[in-house]
Amino acid sequence: MENMLLKRVKIPRAADIDVAVAHGAYSAVAAAYDMRPLDVIDEVKRSGLRGRGGAGFPTGAKWGFAAMDPKRPKYLICNADEGEPGTFKDRIILEGDPHLLIEGMIIAAYAVGAERGYIYLRGEYPAAAELLDGAIAQAYGKGLLGNNILGKGVTFELSVHRGAGAYICGEETSLIESLEGKRGQPRLRPPFPANAGAWGKPTVVNNVETLANVPSIIALGSDAYSKVGAEGSPGTKIFCVSGAVNRPGAYELPLGTTLRELIEASAGGIRAGRRLKAIIPGGASTPMLTAAQVDVKMDFNSLLAAGSMLGSGAVIVMDDTACMVHAAAVLVRFFEHESCGKCTPCREGTGWLHQVYSRILKGGARGGDIELLLNICGKMKGKCFCPLGEGAVQPVLSSIRLFRDEYERCIGKNGCSGASCKGMTHGKNYQMTSAESRAISNDQNSNTP
Amino acid sequence: MLNDDVRERIRLAALRYPDSRAALLPALHIAQAELGHLPDEAMRFIAEELNVPESDVYGTATFYSLIRRRPSGKHVISICHNLPCTLLGAEPLIDHLRTRLGVEEGEVTADGRFSYQRIECIGRCDGAPAMLVDDDCHGDLTPEKIDAVLERYP
Repeated sequence: MENMLLKRVKIPRAADIDVAVAHGAYSAVAAAYDMRPLDVIDEVKRSGLRGRGGAGFPTGAKWGFAAMDPKRPKYLICNADEGEPGTFKDRIILEGDPHLLIEGMIIAAYAVGAERGYIYLRGEYPAAAELLDGAIAQAYGKGLLGNNILGKGVTFELSVHRGAGAYICGEETSLIESLEGKRGQPRLRPPFPANAGAWGKPTVVNNVETLANVPSIIALGSDAYSKVGAEGSPGTKIFCVSGAVNRPGAYELPLGTTLRELIEASAGGIRAGRRLKAIIPGGASTPMLTAAQVDVKMDFNSLLAAGSMLGSGAVIVMDDTACMVHAAAVLVRFFEHESCGKCTPCREGTGWLHQVYSRILKGGARGGDIELLLNICGKMKGKCFCPLGEGAVQPVLSSIRLFRDEYERCIGKNGCSGASCKGMTHGKNYQMTSAESRAISNDQNSNTP
Repeated sequence: MLNDDVRERIRLAALRYPDSRAALLPALHIAQAELGHLPDEAMRFIAEELNVPESDVYGTATFYSLIRRRPSGKHVISICHNLPCTLLGAEPLIDHLRTRLGVEEGEVTADGRFSYQRIECIGRCDGAPAMLVDDDCHGDLTPEKIDAVLERYP
């Protein structure tokens, strides 16, 4: 299968517009401009493209809502706030082939009628910021951005907006708040951004990888595009494999490829002498799978049926040296740090989860701590304002469900057996972030009441 | 403390948005690049430039973990402690970094060269364990590699 998303990233200097154009960049813009905007939306609808940021919402439908809204102006925002732990696919596109993203945005903007676009780029990607600024300037220079693009009377202005370190801003309404210069806290939906987003105007927010699919859909046509992939999950996906494999990296494969093929063929298998133990298939907020589930197909429906989610496609691989209690604790620490403080179940729930994990790992577990963790999750699940809190309970619930014996060993009077913790640091190195790190950062991250 | 050049760059940034308040994060980045951190006077300056209440500038600035309220070292090290990096030994490396620098997280070394902070996933999981030094990413870290990297930041 030919790569659609990573086709140019290995080409030297593909971030330079002349190199990119020589390898086909921007050819889909003219093709899209020959279509009516609504026909472009229909083509994307027919392709079956689903959002690649985690939620999997049908892209064409999202565009349609914004296009039909009579309010003006409209905005197109690229969500490049890639923060889901284990995910680095968007960075590969942003740094390796920024013109693919810009081309996708030009087409998307034309389809929905947006004359202004922003790339909301996470603050932790300074190199990408510089590259994108350069690529955007080059696109302006070639008349692909600005007024009267390609002499067709279309206007699209584009710039980069840098975030400043907040995972919550990957959630689209928080992102919009942040773009408007506020704390990145989620908004109540409805109204959805497609009708009332940035500055109250119709706004489409699409992930980098989602937009990077658009040029291929226009160039190939939706029929050819949707022949690749799986039932309900057309197209390819960039899977980010990290952890205990020989070749961690970003691999573009058709949706529906098995997890085994991804780990063994693409990522070179598990590190020498170790055995596969568990996998997080779609980023930190997706439930864990065990080694026994390695033949699952990596697509939206198959992973749902297996009790997890495709999420961002970030595959974190753990071998038999990993302590699952520690692994869950590290992710809970992350969610506690990133909880925005707006809603009580998430703000308090992540804090309590983190405290319980901390005492378990510091050797101070109490009887009933497993039930306490489950109880806290029960008070969060389905009750949080936005998906962050919902994600935070997933590593806890799934690790207890799949590896309860390890929790019992960790909590028992002998503490963690050690065998499973070999190679992982444990106990003394585990840091409380809530008290220790907050004290250090002074008045930063003051997201507690 | 902040000069006319900074004023001009903030003004230009604001032109990209229908509402000047949206230039708040850009302004914070610009000021921090200039000063190394965001003291109260810088927040006041930004509040005036963008016509936003000081309290809102403060509230927004303190929400984001990359905006620093305290002086940092000349070079800021942000070392990842999320799961993919932890699985490949981030914690022993953070221990090494702390010992090597002789400071705790958030403190500045005696010579003023470095400060370090733990950071959540920086999207370099293909090169875990990884860290940022200022704007540069360094991956596949070992204690030896950390020592060599530090030498490159005088």
